[in-house]
Amino acid sequence: MLEKKSNKTAWLGFGFAAALLALVVLLENLTLFLPAAALPKQLLPTSMLFTVLKKGAVYSLVAVSMNLLNGFTGLFSLGQAGFMLLGAYTYAILTVPADVRDSVYYLYGGSAVKFSLQGIFASFLGSEGPGGAVSLFLGVLLGLILAGCVAALFAWLIGLPVLRLKSDYLAIATLGFAEILRAVFQWQALGPVTNGANMIKSFPTFSSFNVKVGGKVVLYLSTFVPFLVAIVCITIIVLLINSSYGRAFKAIREDEIAAEAMGINLARHKLLSFCISAFFAGVGGALFAMYANNAQAMVYTSTMTYEILLIVVIGGIGSISGSCIATFFYVACSEWWLRFLDQEIVLKNGFKVPFLRNGFRMVVFSVVIMIVVLFFRKGLMGDKELPDLFRRRRRKETTAK
Amino acid sequence: MLKIDRLKVRYGGIEAVKGISFQVPERQIVTLIGANGAGKSTTLRTIAGLIKPAEGHIYLQEEDITGLTPDRIVSKGITLVPEGRHVFPDLTVLENLKIGAYLRKDDLSEDLKWVYDLFPRLKERSWQAAGTLSGGEQQMLAVGRALMSRPKIIMMDEPSLGLAPLVVKGIFEIIKEIHAQGVTVLLIEQNANMALHTADLGYVLETGKITLSGSGRELLANEAVKKAYLGS
Repeated sequence: MLEKKSNKTAWLGFGFAAALLALVVLLENLTLFLPAAALPKQLLPTSMLFTVLKKGAVYSLVAVSMNLLNGFTGLFSLGQAGFMLLGAYTYAILTVPADVRDSVYYLYGGSAVKFSLQGIFASFLGSEGPGGAVSLFLGVLLGLILAGCVAALFAWLIGLPVLRLKSDYLAIATLGFAEILRAVFQWQALGPVTNGANMIKSFPTFSSFNVKVGGKVVLYLSTFVPFLVAIVCITIIVLLINSSYGRAFKAIREDEIAAEAMGINLARHKLLSFCISAFFAGVGGALFAMYANNAQAMVYTSTMTYEILLIVVIGGIGSISGSCIATFFYVACSEWWLRFLDQEIVLKNGFKVPFLRNGFRMVVFSVVIMIVVLFFRKGLMGDKELPDLFRRRRRKETTAK
Repeated sequence: MLKIDRLKVRYGGIEAVKGISFQVPERQIVTLIGANGAGKSTTLRTIAGLIKPAEGHIYLQEEDITGLTPDRIVSKGITLVPEGRHVFPDLTVLENLKIGAYLRKDDLSEDLKWVYDLFPRLKERSWQAAGTLSGGEQQMLAVGRALMSRPKIIMMDEPSLGLAPLVVKGIFEIIKEIHAQGVTVLLIEQNANMALHTADLGYVLETGKITLSGSGRELLANEAVKKAYLGS
């Protein structure tokens, strides 16, 4: 009976993911079926809605990867932006098309890396038509995986010494590591590889996946792609958390002494969790570069880590669905719904609405965060997942009968 | 089965265990009794691999297991029920039990049934978070969790700690039951009376040294033990 129940939840999960993806594709392509005039302007492809959806998908992956480490293994790490940076740069460096490399790296007299991943695939699949599409897909896929691998490799290297630390000390060490990375990637001497303090651009982004015929888009996939990658990655993380490894991570979070006495190798499992988290943060970083259309080190500051930490806290430490919901909520507020707070509004009678000026949005945001921290200390979801909420309600109903 | 040979353990410069030797014969209940700070817990934690010994050796069935990591020792068949229960509070009872069997990759259903038969209470509460159980139930869970690794020797660190006398009695009944099913038990206790009544073999530990040994009955009759630990 137990097996059946978890099977049912799994199928529900897959169904939900598939429905979500279908909805995203449908939303994105409404303009193809309906005349632009008939659509509310929020649904046009240029609308903020799609920016929010894209960034939300990217951030939810990073937030879930952070939750895996902070919420499920109980390791308080603040290195997420650093791993994102590694992923973003790995992806960007490996996928800038060979023919535009010289113009991207013009300050350093060309790039040290002479190939691009999709170029390699194109060399035997052809760069035009379906062959080109397949090589683009394979190149980006490989780029994302390598982005994760590089981040995981660095996590392994710094994890060996750093994971001996606990709580705040671990947070400080990982934060420092992220800051060091940011400085190193802007270093002039690495220019031919990282383009110094300049951004790397012209690599394939989300809009590269829009299907075009004769210069006209016939199928928008630019929101579908980040959703697909994020959903696949989050599914893998969820499966991991529900496996015996996930149980071991939770055991370490709850009680290290007992976990060790039960034969869980603390050092190995902490390192494993750290590397997996870094892997998905790296993939998330690569996605973020695709979202932003560029990779530049100065974006991946500790502020970005705090943003993600905030999302995790608001969503509930130890809840995957909480992290996802909180991400979209947070991104929508900061990018879209609360934007008006940054603009001065003068009413017709000359009355200037007080407080509204550039930066006020962040003030409101800080207040919201304080309210959450003070009154919803466990976040939106606590450590529950979406299906748990329904399950509880059902149980209540049956006991009421 | 388990042989401790001149074991010394140091915390920094302080010697907590000063070269003790004792044996745990197969299928017996062996108890170490002693006052606070005698080195009982340190001894168990060293056998479990949580602390590295300074000198001496630990043999399990003639095999030297000194200094192995805790996970290797658990897979060799020695499991520790830590002092103060240490269940995983936010995980369900079932998850707690599954973590006990973490190093085993085979089918668990038989062992789950075994543990649930020993502790019917746990079966009723298998979906409950372990932190919501009563003290006695948590102790049952800690013991059940240790049994899930299918140990040859189960070591219990003060299983009666902080429990009501009636519950303590129940715990000792279960220790006997586990023993009857073929598991060797190494028990340390403050409650010397209970422990010696249950044990086949007992050792008295005083400030890091073994001062007396004998069968449970002999120690119960010993004047020095009576005076120091039984309060009569």
